[in-house]
Amino acid sequence: MNNKFRVFLKGIFDVSPLMIPVVPFGLIFGVLSIDIGFSPIETMGMSLIVFGGASQIVLLQLFSGGASSLVIISSVGAVNSRHLLYGAVVSEHLSDLKLVWKIVISYFLVDQAFARSNEYFKKNKDKDKYFHLFGGGITCWVIWQTTTFLGIVLGAFIPEKLGLSFAVPLTFLALLVNDFRKLINVIVIIISGLVATFGFNYVPYKAYVIVAGVTALLTAAILTKLNKRNE
Amino acid sequence: MSNWLLIIYCGLITFLTRFSMIALLKKEMFNDRIREILSFVPSAIFPAIIFPAIFLDNSGDFQLENNPKIMAAIIAMLIGIISQNIIATIISGLASYWFLIFMV
Repeated sequence: MNNKFRVFLKGIFDVSPLMIPVVPFGLIFGVLSIDIGFSPIETMGMSLIVFGGASQIVLLQLFSGGASSLVIISSVGAVNSRHLLYGAVVSEHLSDLKLVWKIVISYFLVDQAFARSNEYFKKNKDKDKYFHLFGGGITCWVIWQTTTFLGIVLGAFIPEKLGLSFAVPLTFLALLVNDFRKLINVIVIIISGLVATFGFNYVPYKAYVIVAGVTALLTAAILTKLNKRNE
Repeated sequence: MSNWLLIIYCGLITFLTRFSMIALLKKEMFNDRIREILSFVPSAIFPAIIFPAIFLDNSGDFQLENNPKIMAAIIAMLIGIISQNIIATIISGLASYWFLIFMV
């Protein structure tokens, strides 16, 4: 078997277990988007063009709350700023690639694919290793597009009184389960939540997500620094 | 701004967060300190979505009494901490919410 294809399959295989939680997430996104009033094509367009689960749900949440476009776009950017870190970490492994490949790989650099391929990159030095990230990324892509589509279809049948919008905070809560055990994270979580809740009506342009995020990140910077000084 | 333009801009900024470091970066530009702080991004931003969606009603007023979302979120959080499982967290939260609004 061609080595590139072998590494590609390995990427698919490694990322697959992480796809299970993506399924309800994609369904919820599709259902909510239709519920809020986006057309099926716009909903599909979001998943194809943005291709970032958490940020797409933030987009819906702010859009339905009447936030301005500028605030929505910068909040999406803020949620996705973690990708800067992913890019920085994998860049050394991709530095020899042609620009076209860098563009392709960037589009597929999502949380799950990054997590798996970063482990693979650390252990493997062969020159085709970027196909691992390509395989993992495409797997995420197929699952995300498929579940978005299913959510769009389901959205037409799900009654509003089920209160499915409550799935939004639950989904984000679920993404934080690993952080509840760490004290600094818990403090950061509470600060962000309080600033957002109390700022909801007072921060102009519905920019409460950004104000809360920045405040909480500054808190994290201070706490981690103090924590080091005490060690 | 039309919906499509909004979607395209959101896609563009998302792509740039992924592409910029791969395209520009020499690894040394990101020291451990910046990495450490960026690792807090989910903890810093997600609660800004979670808390208002639980504690405020549709018009943005506090809703602290007769609010089944608070109890359901607490149950989901406890299940999440114990199971460390994303799906169990979402399902337990939704199930408790439905139980509270339809059965109690």
